[in-house]
Amino acid sequence: MSGRPRVAVIVFPGSNDDRDAAWALGAVGAEPVLVWHEQPELPAGTGAVVLPGGFSYGDYLRAGAIASLAPAVNAVRAFAAAGGPVLGICNGFQILCEARLLPGVLRPNRQLEFVCRDVAVRVESTASPLLGRCEVGQELVLPVKHGEGAWYVDEGSYVRLAARGQIVLRYGEDVNGSLGDVAGLVNEAGNVLGLMPHPEHAVDPLLGSADGGLLLAALVDAAAAHLHVVAHA
Amino acid sequence: MRATVLVRPKQGILDPQGAAVRESLRKLGFEVGEVRVGRVIDLELAAGGAEEARTQIERMCSELLANPLIESVEIELGEP
Repeated sequence: MSGRPRVAVIVFPGSNDDRDAAWALGAVGAEPVLVWHEQPELPAGTGAVVLPGGFSYGDYLRAGAIASLAPAVNAVRAFAAAGGPVLGICNGFQILCEARLLPGVLRPNRQLEFVCRDVAVRVESTASPLLGRCEVGQELVLPVKHGEGAWYVDEGSYVRLAARGQIVLRYGEDVNGSLGDVAGLVNEAGNVLGLMPHPEHAVDPLLGSADGGLLLAALVDAAAAHLHVVAHA
Repeated sequence: MRATVLVRPKQGILDPQGAAVRESLRKLGFEVGEVRVGRVIDLELAAGGAEEARTQIERMCSELLANPLIESVEIELGEP
């Protein structure tokens, strides 16, 4: 195994942040590999997966709904079930919810407007290794750019998720009407993270913030750890 | 067999699209109260009978056509 863990970036028709994600992953020490959504299997030696931002299938039906049925997403489902780390950004988060790998659903922004700016996001929990480079209470500045970012789940589920520390990121303000100002959450096992803000657009101080690098670097850490476990299983 | 699936935002779920349409209707001078926007899906399917068609469509709804967290569905079966 090389020093750079392989991270698969799944490309759907309508993805538009796939190359930025690959570039940013490379900048934090990964070996990114773009994977077309029709591929039924992930490349050999994949240590982590990124579902990138964009507008897969033009957001037809519901954002992420059609992409969630892609063969590559089935492969991601098996990869996640085996403990593999998965990060869904923006449209990737929507796809993870529609694929039921994460609870809830992303709805149209309450203010009826596309929101595109830097926002402050607070780290609520570091129970997941995907938050392993952050501290509770830490504020990250990350850009958002979405029309359907209002996360919603029924109240009982919300209380359970919060109690278990699965709500890992909250906006510092009401950005889009998201329930509890939730910006990102993890699954129960903690190896699948979805968030609306874009860490891949925040890896260089020249572009306003390098805070996204903390999340991507933690994914690369988790990829290395997963490959280590697989190799010694 | 032909069928129509009506997908609506569930009661109590905020519907920003409906709110935008309501505001536009008001600008046009119409006095409207609540407006909610859903989807109509007309489809043709090869089912043996009404019961089989309904079962198939219910599966389509849970697997793709609607998200049960936020949407309710109504199925109308047409002529066989």
